[in-house]
Amino acid sequence: MIAETGLAALWLAAGLAAIQFVLMIAALRTETEVSRAMRSIAVLQGVLTLIAFAMLIIVFARSDMSVALVFENSNSAKPFIYKVAGAWGNHEGSMLMWVTILAVAGAFLGLLAHRTGERTLLAALGAQAVLALGFYAFLLFASNPFARMWPAPPDGQGLNPLLQDPGLAFHPPTLYLGYVGLSVAFSLAVGALLTGEVDSRLARAMRPWVLAAWILLTLGITAGSYWAYYELGWGGYWFWDPVENASLMPWLAATALLHSINVLAARGALKAWTMMLAVIAFSMSMVGTFLVRSGILTSVHAFAIDPQRGTFLLALLAIYVGAAFVLFAWRGAVLKEGAPFELVSRESGLVINNLILSVILGVVFVGTLYPLFVEAVSGEKLSVGAPYFNAVAGPLALLLAALVGIGPLLAWRRERRPVLKKLPIPALLGATALAITIILWPQMNMLPRVGFMIAAYLAAASLLPLIGRNPLRAPFATWGMVVAHFGIAVALLGMAANAAFTVERLAIAQPGDILSVGPWQVQLQSVVPTAGQNFTAVEAELRATRGGDIITLSPQTRYFSDPPTATNESAIRTFWNGQLYTVVGKQDVSGAWQLRLWWKPFVTLIWAGGALIALGGALALVGRRFRFSFFRRREKADWRRERYA
Amino acid sequence: MSRAVRFAPLALLLLVIVALVWRLATPADTDVHSTLEGKRVPAFALAAGLPSKPAFSSGDLATGRPHLVNVFASWCVPCVTEVKVLQTLKDSGVAVDGIAIRDSAPELADFLLRNGDPYERIGSDPRSQVQIALGSSGVPESFVVDGKGVIRYQHIGPIEQGDVPMILSKLEKAR
Amino acid sequence: MMLCSMALADSNLPPAYWSNRQLPDPKQEAQAQALMEQLRCLVCQGQSIADSDAELAGDMRDLVRRRIAAGEKPSAIRAWLVQRYGTWISYKPTAEPAAWPLWLAPLALLLVGAWLIRRRIRLKAR
Repeated sequence: MIAETGLAALWLAAGLAAIQFVLMIAALRTETEVSRAMRSIAVLQGVLTLIAFAMLIIVFARSDMSVALVFENSNSAKPFIYKVAGAWGNHEGSMLMWVTILAVAGAFLGLLAHRTGERTLLAALGAQAVLALGFYAFLLFASNPFARMWPAPPDGQGLNPLLQDPGLAFHPPTLYLGYVGLSVAFSLAVGALLTGEVDSRLARAMRPWVLAAWILLTLGITAGSYWAYYELGWGGYWFWDPVENASLMPWLAATALLHSINVLAARGALKAWTMMLAVIAFSMSMVGTFLVRSGILTSVHAFAIDPQRGTFLLALLAIYVGAAFVLFAWRGAVLKEGAPFELVSRESGLVINNLILSVILGVVFVGTLYPLFVEAVSGEKLSVGAPYFNAVAGPLALLLAALVGIGPLLAWRRERRPVLKKLPIPALLGATALAITIILWPQMNMLPRVGFMIAAYLAAASLLPLIGRNPLRAPFATWGMVVAHFGIAVALLGMAANAAFTVERLAIAQPGDILSVGPWQVQLQSVVPTAGQNFTAVEAELRATRGGDIITLSPQTRYFSDPPTATNESAIRTFWNGQLYTVVGKQDVSGAWQLRLWWKPFVTLIWAGGALIALGGALALVGRRFRFSFFRRREKADWRRERYA
Repeated sequence: MSRAVRFAPLALLLLVIVALVWRLATPADTDVHSTLEGKRVPAFALAAGLPSKPAFSSGDLATGRPHLVNVFASWCVPCVTEVKVLQTLKDSGVAVDGIAIRDSAPELADFLLRNGDPYERIGSDPRSQVQIALGSSGVPESFVVDGKGVIRYQHIGPIEQGDVPMILSKLEKAR
Repeated sequence: MMLCSMALADSNLPPAYWSNRQLPDPKQEAQAQALMEQLRCLVCQGQSIADSDAELAGDMRDLVRRRIAAGEKPSAIRAWLVQRYGTWISYKPTAEPAAWPLWLAPLALLLVGAWLIRRRIRLKAR
């Protein structure tokens, strides 16, 4: 009954989306008064999909095995929280989550948007409904999450231990909120291209949506990186895996879009760039979902490989992105740009920022799909991985980080003061950092060395917008910018430290052996068999000492039977200046055990930096929404006075 | 904005879609093939996998007779059924030699006892060295080697009953 | 979601000697590590042999370390492997024509981007 309710709600929502599409055409062509109807229907559509999604969660929570999806992906022995998370830990459920977010975003757009012109808003709501329609069709005709099976089996198959992890349970929803949040920017861009109302009003309407989606994407990627770091057992945090790239590309586009929106909002310029970026950002989300589900690229993240699903998604991608690009080509001629920007101005800085971000995005895109192109053309199989991406994206990112220190200091329109005079202290810090690395660690590789220099410089430079004014009177939006840029410096510092100072120790040890890794002496005390709810394991007890500190760590290797897999449960201990990362492996012929130990100085700064970047975004979101600063509340917005915002 | 600039994204999209359609239509072959087809077998000398069998070295492959070199292991699940097919080939007069990957004598003996023994020689490759030298990426795989020691064909995966005529014809061509 | 964790059918032999031990000479170990990070695992195809748990990856690490310890250059070892498995096995794009677009891409993108924004920024001071 519950499943059928969910299915019915989904059908109704699809029907409403179709109606919204018709209303949009009516509004645009005949100037019919549809505003109230459109908004209400958008809200209703959101409510219905929420009901459908809730129904799915309920059948999973109750372990209703008569629903095929529950049978395939769940088991009554699962802890409750993973039963619920199991609802979206599969293809159909996550597609339902995707479409729910799409519809709910549309609902909020209908409820809240007041800053755009009414026609543009209606067009955007229609576009959002069209996006949803394709996915409704996909769900209802090719991936029904509510399909039943008779007779209902006694229990389910899905007890994959790898999916029973808190990080893994919440990583998809965070990312999806980000991916699909970008759909609103897409729809607003499409709507504005249809009505021709591409202006600063549109930018201010888009901004909170892009900010919110971008914050979630930042968090999702950061969390995913940390999960891979502690779960895969080799200390790596980014692998340039195609699916990782699929999450990075929308983020890069969204970052560029965010900054481009600021120019459109402040100066009414960069119309074409902003519209194109808004379209590309969600297109990248769609490309990402296609890559993950079609199985055309080899990846450790292989989700549910099914070329048929891939075909459907590719068709949706072609239709949606193709239509948006056609719209851009057709209507692009009306996007008139104004006078050029002064060379030394905030606008120019942001244009260059956009350029570099777009180049990085392009490079990641090319690198990810290149092996496919080469194989299609010549049949040759070549591999593109970390060596390529690090070599190309690394320097570009460092260049961008260097420019990030300068951009926020520039005034809008024209920077007349010699801003470079503000930079001696950051520059000095950077030079000092460089000198220290050269003196103390002459063998360090180039990239981490430059990373240290730029991190030191940027950490100081990012704070400059708050200097020379009362920081407590600065708008939240300025604080947001400062915190986010500072976060970049922090993350960069962590990456440089990880690359330059990680000490690795791989050895085979008998109980009693002592291994040294960095400042630590690690002794293997014992290896004992142990067991958990659905696994058997071997657990090593390690005693690590550093000066006066003594700690114990217990890494495990777990063996599961259903499906038969083994996982490394690394034991990690975090200190103010780094992490001690330990893994126990297989037993040698002599009875000794394989141990993998790392001392990673300041590695946690990588994810702390990511969190800071997201925090900066949150401050900006709150600040712009409510015009807060610490003391002045609800300050009237006058961007001309906001020199640094 | 010039027309070229406005239509460029569409053109690029088309290119990408075409590539993706091609990939969906012709699924990727995830097997990594050895590049040594047509080249001489690299020199190797493996100790005997079992005391009851002769050792296996590359010299044994250049005696004028084509050989079927089977890369296998006692712990390899599909090898169990493949051995019966190899027996059929042996009965048709094919010289079958084995390279046992990461294996031990007692487990090999047990495997052959339970499933049959079509091998003339079995070489022991405990660190996959010869497997890597041959460009093989897993078990089971088989190589058709001609009388001069040149690799003529690599078969990835177990040889199934339906593959027998094809293997026989490859061996014929390798004479 | 599938991770390439330890395979179903694994041998009963322990890992090869040098799969999981570091070479005594830190310079050689660094060379070996750098090479291993650029070689693609044949089993877990989304990872390098440096972070793969597959047995064949372990044996390849053993091979790399032995040869580096014997004085062979990393480029020679890579070439030997490419001779057997094709360019697929090396993550480091080579200088061959098929890889040129990869290296040209960033340059081309920068140039195209710069051309697109050429009218946005007034380079001559007023």
